[in-house]
Amino acid sequence: MAKIKISGARAVIESLYKEGVEVIFGYPGGTVLPLYDELYDADIRHILVRHEQAAAHAADGYARATGKVGVCLATSGPGATNLVTGIATAYMDSVPMVAITGQVPSTMIGNDAFQEANITGITLPITKHNYLIQDAKDIPRVFKEAFYIAGTGRPGPVLIDIPKDVQIELIDFEYPEEINLRGYKPTAAGNEQQVKRAASLILDSDRPIFYVGGGIIISEASKELLNLAETLKAPVTTTLMGMSAFPTSHPLSVGMLGMHGTKYANFAIQESDLIIAVGVRFDDRVTGKISAFAPNAKIIHIDIDPAEIGKNVRVDLPIVGDAKNVLKSLLNHVKDGKARTGEWNKKISVWKKETPLTYRKDDLLRPQYVVEQLNAVCPDAIIATEVGQNQMWAAQFFDFKTPRTFISSGGLGTMGYGFPAGMGAKVGKPDSTVIVVAGDGSFQMNSQELATVVQNDIPVIVAILNNGFLGMVRQWQELFFDRRYSETCMHNCVDFVKLAEAYGALGLRATKKSEVRHVIEEAVKSGRPTVIDFVVEREENVSPMVPAGAAINEILELE
Amino acid sequence: MKHTLAILVENKPGVLTRVAGLFSRRAFNIESLAVGVTEKPDTSRMTIVVSGDEHVFEQVMKQLNKLIDVIRVSEIPAGDAVNRELALIKVGVDSSTRAEVMQIVTVFRAKIVDVGIKSLVIEITGDEEKINAMEQLLRHFGIKEMVRTGKIAINRGAKTVKVGK
Repeated sequence: MAKIKISGARAVIESLYKEGVEVIFGYPGGTVLPLYDELYDADIRHILVRHEQAAAHAADGYARATGKVGVCLATSGPGATNLVTGIATAYMDSVPMVAITGQVPSTMIGNDAFQEANITGITLPITKHNYLIQDAKDIPRVFKEAFYIAGTGRPGPVLIDIPKDVQIELIDFEYPEEINLRGYKPTAAGNEQQVKRAASLILDSDRPIFYVGGGIIISEASKELLNLAETLKAPVTTTLMGMSAFPTSHPLSVGMLGMHGTKYANFAIQESDLIIAVGVRFDDRVTGKISAFAPNAKIIHIDIDPAEIGKNVRVDLPIVGDAKNVLKSLLNHVKDGKARTGEWNKKISVWKKETPLTYRKDDLLRPQYVVEQLNAVCPDAIIATEVGQNQMWAAQFFDFKTPRTFISSGGLGTMGYGFPAGMGAKVGKPDSTVIVVAGDGSFQMNSQELATVVQNDIPVIVAILNNGFLGMVRQWQELFFDRRYSETCMHNCVDFVKLAEAYGALGLRATKKSEVRHVIEEAVKSGRPTVIDFVVEREENVSPMVPAGAAINEILELE
Repeated sequence: MKHTLAILVENKPGVLTRVAGLFSRRAFNIESLAVGVTEKPDTSRMTIVVSGDEHVFEQVMKQLNKLIDVIRVSEIPAGDAVNRELALIKVGVDSSTRAEVMQIVTVFRAKIVDVGIKSLVIEITGDEEKINAMEQLLRHFGIKEMVRTGKIAINRGAKTVKVGK
């Protein structure tokens, strides 16, 4: 291959081409000027956000919706630090992302130069890996490694910090064919002996349950999971991150488990004799009181990250590997066995009948009804959520059918995530309807991105479940702090319809049940970025609920 | 319970920060840390002594292995290894105590590496216990300054900690 001398900035663009990057979410600034100059006529779409945090969330939403590595770009100092929340969000939820930041010229690093921040130091605990490039010759290798690290094994964000002088330096560009990382060799195939042992544990059990999470979606193992669950006739519960990994309306689905899971999922976990945990990490929101979690169950834990195994609970049988590979080979070992889950499924269907997920169905406009109507009008939509009550209602009342249709900040619980993430999802999946289920509080954390969706014609629908409260915090104050609503009321502060219109988006409002369906249909029909202000019951609670520190079967029905 | 870890890492800037940062944010305790280049110039070796129960220790190993710049992590078993530390100790002396201090140095097979009118600098290598014992004795004469390297360790016999197994 003939070598050509090009600038570091050009080398970045060439590297992005090699990695098949189609879109970057970013915001320019002093130390990325050479890079932006190259972007000016590059064959890569750039979405100009209005705050760097949104660039990171949008890259994250793009990655979750498509499975590709999301890319965001910001300048040094404040540009880079504004990415931090988005990077931490992606890290907690294992999202493949490459964040590129400009840095002050290498000769000035350490001098507290204008817009200097030690972003590699700052992001050390929230990235899978990061780089400060000190020599432009390293650019091709670093980009090759960064995309590989971000997208393989347990995915995660990788940050690349590039000083301005490095962007200008001329180099011979040659993109490496191979990667040589002595310290990074993820295990994809599960140990065959362990898989065999797992198969016999499964065939020996009377009350097995699949407890699955984001790992299923990341490894695209939904089909394998469905085959396996149907073969074994075993129930499946998903975590918040696992929503959409298994069709929620499938007879074997018991929905979400944990703090705001279904009662019957929690009962099933607690009474099971075998938990087959796949791509999950036994988060405290799932397990509740850990010493009382699934007291009679053996646990098989399948995960690509060995550090997750045995971290929070004792595991009887660990299998380190990619979920898709492991489930596939597990199916081979169990398909000729005989499931004896008849009694177990009968028991679960009784629980399902006796303790359904529900809410009060009266004339008032309740947020759950809005989610149900979104589901009715747009059954195949991608749902991005903000964080709090809106997130839980979306998870509880939308019927998810296909993977990558539920996009939510699970681990970090980042308010302000949903809208920019939905924007990123829509860029990645332009033919899908993308609905952001938001609260009035969360939406205001990144509402400036209305400018971005209008300027770039990204027609997402933001459905604000507007209760004039920071609803989840208010709910906790109601239950545990004697209804002292300290600083959680945001009533009548913003006219969201006018806000949308001010940005050139469509603004709609529904205050009655009878108006809900119509405004949703109008939003879909418009094909424009739309904000719908659903003025809902103010003190509706997310129910059921496991109080913090209780066992997950001690789950309360709330008014 | 104390464990001694030998960690092979890429010999690159920032790697020590990554390892040390991991310990602090996962709330693992470092008792001692020593680092230097190995027989291969692109590889450094850290010896870290951690304290904690088996569960903590297992997590330390796994989390270390997740760092991209960490090539290999292995435990150096307490019984079957050579453990060494080096200390430089500056002791205050006068004409009446100098001879006695020098005698202690001989008994411990340590070395005097600097002689002043009012002080001696003693170099001692050995395992932790030996250095502690020496320190205890010298305390009577007045330790003005002391610096220790932290422990390094190597397996006895043919067993090695090497890149690529």
